[in-house]
Amino acid sequence: MKAKHQRLILALVALAALIGAGLLAASALKDEAAYFYAPGDVKAKGVEPGKAIRLGGMVVKGSLKRAADGVTMFFDVTDGKATVPATFSGIAPDLFKEGSGVVAEGSFDAKGTFIATNLLAKHDERYMPRELEGMSYNETTRQLQVDQ
Amino acid sequence: MIAETGLAALWLAASLALLQLVLAFVGLKGNKPDLLAAVRPAAVAQGVLTAIAFALLITLFMRSDMSVLLVATNSHSAKPWLYKFAGTWGNHEGSMLLWVTVMGVAGAAVALFERALRRDTHMATLGGQAAISLGFYAFLLFSSNPFARIDPAPADGQGLNPLLQDPGLAFHPPTLYLGYVGLSVAFSFAIGALLTRQVDASFARAMRPWVLGAWVLLTLGITAGSYWAYYELGWGGWWFWDPVENASLMPWLAATALLHSVTVLATRDALRAWTVMLAVVAFSMSMVGTFLVRSGILTSVHAFAVDPTRGSFILGLLALYIGGALALFGWRIGAVREGAPFELVSRETMLVINNLLLTVILGLVLIGTLYPLMTEAFGHKVSVGAPYFDRIAGPIALALMIAMAAGPLVRWRKDQTRAVTKRLLIPLGIALLLSSLVSALAWGRIGILPFLGLVIAGSVGVASLAPLWKRNLRRTPLFTYGMVIAHLGCAVSLGGMASDSAFTVEKLVAARPGDTIQTAGWQLRFLQIQPIAGDNWTALQADMEVRRNGAPVTIHPQSRFFASPPTSTSEAALLTRWDGQLYVVLGEEVEGGRWQLRIWWKPFVTLIWLGGIMIALGGALALLGRERRGWLMKWRARAAA
Repeated sequence: MKAKHQRLILALVALAALIGAGLLAASALKDEAAYFYAPGDVKAKGVEPGKAIRLGGMVVKGSLKRAADGVTMFFDVTDGKATVPATFSGIAPDLFKEGSGVVAEGSFDAKGTFIATNLLAKHDERYMPRELEGMSYNETTRQLQVDQ
Repeated sequence: MIAETGLAALWLAASLALLQLVLAFVGLKGNKPDLLAAVRPAAVAQGVLTAIAFALLITLFMRSDMSVLLVATNSHSAKPWLYKFAGTWGNHEGSMLLWVTVMGVAGAAVALFERALRRDTHMATLGGQAAISLGFYAFLLFSSNPFARIDPAPADGQGLNPLLQDPGLAFHPPTLYLGYVGLSVAFSFAIGALLTRQVDASFARAMRPWVLGAWVLLTLGITAGSYWAYYELGWGGWWFWDPVENASLMPWLAATALLHSVTVLATRDALRAWTVMLAVVAFSMSMVGTFLVRSGILTSVHAFAVDPTRGSFILGLLALYIGGALALFGWRIGAVREGAPFELVSRETMLVINNLLLTVILGLVLIGTLYPLMTEAFGHKVSVGAPYFDRIAGPIALALMIAMAAGPLVRWRKDQTRAVTKRLLIPLGIALLLSSLVSALAWGRIGILPFLGLVIAGSVGVASLAPLWKRNLRRTPLFTYGMVIAHLGCAVSLGGMASDSAFTVEKLVAARPGDTIQTAGWQLRFLQIQPIAGDNWTALQADMEVRRNGAPVTIHPQSRFFASPPTSTSEAALLTRWDGQLYVVLGEEVEGGRWQLRIWWKPFVTLIWLGGIMIALGGALALLGRERRGWLMKWRARAAA
């Protein structure tokens, strides 16, 4: 084979790999771009059970309850437009509390409860999950009252 | 006075960088040797000055000089000395000073120790290094002055983020930066070679040790960072696809590709343009990473300051340097002659595949990291997380591992497909054996990726030893050993990752003191909860007696409270055994006097970081081997003369 042909083959392989990678990224992003949901998005668009997503919002005051096993808890997440029930088994971050922002990773079960496998709350006073910027509890509850 | 001296040293260093740039440019243009003679001393002086400025900032932190704004906002007099010291770079300004210092010292090292490079390319390289340093001096002096004073001085400082108060802070950032910023040398080499049109094998041989050195440190820095996040965050995970982690992974991917392509250029004089391109890309990725971390558009432990002007400043630098380098590349690369040809079945082709796969992973990680920023510009908030990265990077990384196993068994220039297959028979046999073994033991219990990971780790581990097969081990060159150890390290690390995700046992309980918990062959007796105090924190500590058919050991997971700034952190207790780690996290108290405990048994998880260290060690051996051969040849030449 001539050097020119080989170069051509290599270039074609490279091109095919790049196109393949681009398609892979596009398809993965299409799935994952809808990765972050606020409760309002869940209500508006619907999320199929079992799909891994991030749910972000505020923990509704007075909604936090613990199960008898001491490690499972139940709470409601709101963004002012809608509220969804959620449950989490594990050690919650220190700054996870009622009236505070939370981003939960997990998926919905068939009944519409969000099963969180991981909670990302604020690390310290200055840290806020990026998706929650511009949301504060008072604002969302006020909005909630207006909606109702 | 100390702060003012530090600032003066920085200004002086910046002026020297400007001088160095002008001297190199005018000297090369007008062919004036007397001007060029001053370039190296300027680079060395610049390195010394930045080191002095950095040492002075450390002094200010050690003395808790609260009249310096940076110390007042980031330190506290009650901190242990280690965190006063390491706290110097635990903030935006300090870490940028570290960046500039590494850049200055690396430039001085190139001026002092680079002997193999042609003189004009050497000078052009130093000019390039000065040009990129200048931008970062400007950034430091105009928008992030670490030596600014505050008047009146506060009584005490605000303290350091407790998550950073860990011995890891003393090691992880400096090592990472040495690698990260060390890649600037490769960038400058590429600029130098493009300017003097010397893109050839001897240029590659001169550049290789610098690339290797930066890559070794970058590997160590990432490994250390991963282990730190693993034990400090208390989530039991070792990689979170956090944008900041991606920011360190991307330069590593590019540098790994560069490392292999520069070898092709050095030994076979092929892949000329591509190697230069990669050298540009590698440091560009470091700069992109810094932009992501320092602009405040991301929130993470690493993002210290939210200041939009800094973001636009770095964005400007990025555009200038990356755009400038690419323009130079486009302008000059036509003048670079085509390199040596090679056959389709050859070591070169294998290394092209390596480069292709690494670049594809790099591109996909870059897209995933930037995508949320791009969509946010159009008003959508999107987050791209682990599911995306696992799905795209996992399969390609596995393919890369297979190519890595086969590559060293293929000859340079031209090889026979049948001969290569024959050499691969043993690893293929092992792969088959392992697949059936793992299937028999764990089929249905583990996912497809961990399954493939285990099989590939085992067979690639064996295959990576194959280059030593039937060789005289005493006469095998050191860099061959380096390659073998680094490749074996990849297999070891992959084995740890696969084992962790396949076999980890997790248990979550609420227990009272006196209870005994059984999990994964371990017995944990919860003795008591007691309050304890450290230098600048108090904690609730659980004492647990742990045993696994042997003598019991006591471990102490803690929940710590820091007063300044007011934060609590969880200190996991880790018990390392040859076959894995027991990882215990203490939660909060719940009704009935019970305490939440999260317990993991992670079989062979330590292999992940052991593999990382082996990869770095392999790189160091290769570096030593190449350099030693250079010294030997020089010595023999002298003896002959």
